[in-house]
Amino acid sequence: MEIKPILAALRQHKAGTILIAMQIALTLAIVCNALFIIQQRVAHLSEPTGIDEPNIFVIQNEWIGQTSSAQADAKLRSDLDVLRRVPGVKDVTTSNSYPLRGGGWDDGVRLSAEQIEDSSDATIYFADEHFLDTLDLKLVGGRNFRADEIQPMSMRDRLAPPVIMVTRALAEKLFPGGSALGKTVYLVGGPATIVGVVDLLQAQSVARWASNFAYRSVIVPRRMAIAEGAFYIVRTQPGQLEPAMIAARKALFADNPRRVWDDKEGILSFAEVRSMAYESDRGMAVLMGVISLVLLAITAAGIVGLTSFWVGQRRRQIGVRRALGATRGDILSYFMTENLLISVGGAVAGAVLAIAMNLWLVTRFEMHRLSLFYVLAGVLMLLLLGQGAVLAPAIRASKVSPVEATRSV
Amino acid sequence: MFTYYLELALRSLRRNKVLTGLMVVAIALGIGACMTTLTVLHVLSGDPIPAKSARLFYPQLDPQDMDGYREGEEPPEQVTWIDGQNLLKARRAQRQALMTGGAVPVQPAQADVEPFFSDARYTTADFFPMFEVPFLYGQGWSGGDDDAKARVAVITRKLNDKLFGGKDSRGQIVRLKDTAFRVVGVLDDWRPNPHFYDLNMGNYSESEEVFLPLSTSRDLVLPRNGSTNCWGRGGGNDGDQVENATCVWMQFWVELASPADAAAYKTFLENYSREQKALGRFERPVNVRLRNVMQWLDQEKVVPSDVRLQSWLAIGFLIVCLVNTVGLMLAKFLRRAGELGVRRALGASKREIFKQLLIEAGVVGLAGGVCGLLLAFIGLWLVRQQPADYASLARLDLVMLGATFALAVGSSIAAGLLPAWRACQVAPALQLKSQ
Repeated sequence: MEIKPILAALRQHKAGTILIAMQIALTLAIVCNALFIIQQRVAHLSEPTGIDEPNIFVIQNEWIGQTSSAQADAKLRSDLDVLRRVPGVKDVTTSNSYPLRGGGWDDGVRLSAEQIEDSSDATIYFADEHFLDTLDLKLVGGRNFRADEIQPMSMRDRLAPPVIMVTRALAEKLFPGGSALGKTVYLVGGPATIVGVVDLLQAQSVARWASNFAYRSVIVPRRMAIAEGAFYIVRTQPGQLEPAMIAARKALFADNPRRVWDDKEGILSFAEVRSMAYESDRGMAVLMGVISLVLLAITAAGIVGLTSFWVGQRRRQIGVRRALGATRGDILSYFMTENLLISVGGAVAGAVLAIAMNLWLVTRFEMHRLSLFYVLAGVLMLLLLGQGAVLAPAIRASKVSPVEATRSV
Repeated sequence: MFTYYLELALRSLRRNKVLTGLMVVAIALGIGACMTTLTVLHVLSGDPIPAKSARLFYPQLDPQDMDGYREGEEPPEQVTWIDGQNLLKARRAQRQALMTGGAVPVQPAQADVEPFFSDARYTTADFFPMFEVPFLYGQGWSGGDDDAKARVAVITRKLNDKLFGGKDSRGQIVRLKDTAFRVVGVLDDWRPNPHFYDLNMGNYSESEEVFLPLSTSRDLVLPRNGSTNCWGRGGGNDGDQVENATCVWMQFWVELASPADAAAYKTFLENYSREQKALGRFERPVNVRLRNVMQWLDQEKVVPSDVRLQSWLAIGFLIVCLVNTVGLMLAKFLRRAGELGVRRALGASKREIFKQLLIEAGVVGLAGGVCGLLLAFIGLWLVRQQPADYASLARLDLVMLGATFALAVGSSIAAGLLPAWRACQVAPALQLKSQ
């Protein structure tokens, strides 16, 4: 296919050519960045918690009335017993928090008492001897807590457990290349010896501010002995989640009605916890997807519209060419090539624009650098879109009869 | 002439329905997306208390020890109990209030209503006049109630409806965490956006339902909510001794009538810091801030970055839609070169042709704007279905309604300029010749 005559013809339609190229460039820039945002959000919301999500539900319980620390502890333990007897329940534990909860107690971990800056931030999870089993966490070294190590902790107490477990991510951060087992670290209340390392356990917050300690957690052998709230985490037999949730509520209120559960967040299956934690990320991904699709549709419609106009305008020329021996295929490929030339021009400009836009977004928003893969995918997508859009008007052009050459209009 | 051109425009637009429809849809989508996101942005970056935002200030001090000190850092976002009390008692501002958030179990008198939790605000008496909180019945408590740790409460209209069936409940008893409180006031609807006086509760959260004197809440050790930042040896999770702990967990607001007062108050804060340093309580160099409401919201970046990102994206989207419309309009106008050539030959000036084509562009813009407005209403409705705490605020106000129309007509006329100008350049002789 000769390109020269096409270029010469395009020079006659400068404004239209530039407009299509511009539209392709802008669409490419926006779609590339939107796809990249979608990928980032989807990757973020697919990060594993490390726990047996399908079979877990969480209860946030609070006592009514003045409750001393000792009373709260007794009631809490009685609640755990009640829950254990609920049909379908496999195991129960209590904690101050759970993964994806959204916030809670994060604290610094130091390697020596004198150290000023923390070695790492970490999520603090309270745990009893059932914690690992209930959440289905894998111990990769050391041992679980013994029942006699679990102590109640009230508001007044300092966090100073003699033994702790840590996640592998925290162990590797604190002791790169070495084993963390048996080592001493300093929490806010004093030194603690690491007796166990668990494989994977996500932090309670997945917000960006917590991303630098996303999988670093300290598990302490403590129970929350306070009136205002501890969480009960319940693991059920597979398929027993829903009946167990209903039965658990009934059993606990029958045992002691002097308690308050929040209407919305009193009892949550972990699927609900997950969907709440990632609501905004999912919303953003969906919105970006819709915007990309609509943009591509509009651009395709624009190409169809403008090319149809050009075909209409050139019916006589097409007729002349056909009369002079050009085949239908020649006419078809003329319009396809013309569109390809414009699209390539637009796509090159769009690729540059996409990268520039991304760099600007990186400075203004917490975004990562755009990978070139997305630019290439975007370029390919728009070239195909252009070719697809131009097909219908080009086929119509190829059907112009040579007789048109003889008509005056 | 205008009506004639309008008629011509409508006739021409009717002639090619698909092309016209495409242009209108493109503009409508662009306007709809843009106005939805810009409205959300507009609502979220609004002034929560327009009449007074310039006169309300949020003092910040730096009471931390030297651990982890870096020069030029911002002081903590809240104050300690001791500093809060000192500043409160100094009474250097026209009004001042020390406060924190919490949640209390409400135990209704009716047997059929189960106990439930309500968000609470523990504050000192000036809170109500300072923030111009509207009252349905009664009023806030007095400074005397603060000193006496009185069991008094102010509740919102919503809670009053729930507990007392909306009646004037002054003097009634409400049981909170096993303690009887006397209702002294019922608030009318009040929801400042953002929730500026305590951003720890969620930037756009609803206002609390129960307001209690701070001193009372500490006397009864009512559960607190919000953020607590501790340092040094006094840290930990001390619920009962938080008054003495080296922790910041309280918000302190002052009302200052004039910029001169604000400057004087800042000097007072600096002197206070110096004095505390001399006493050995503070260790760091003097580091104080005194921001008014809007400066504070700006500093805390309350507008979610996702919302800003969406606004930029929607603007980009509108630009693509406009470029699309320019292209289509150009095609449409140039196709009519023959007709325009005849008109030119019959004596119409370039100016008249230009006018005629711009009116046509304006009609497209108006149609696009109306459809865009509908789309914006749908878009905002969708936003309101989201669970975010600001979702219920996403409504179009008069300003944004006007802006929508201005944007729609303005942008489509701008989109019509280039095609109309190009079409005017048609040489009549050439067109007539080819006929």
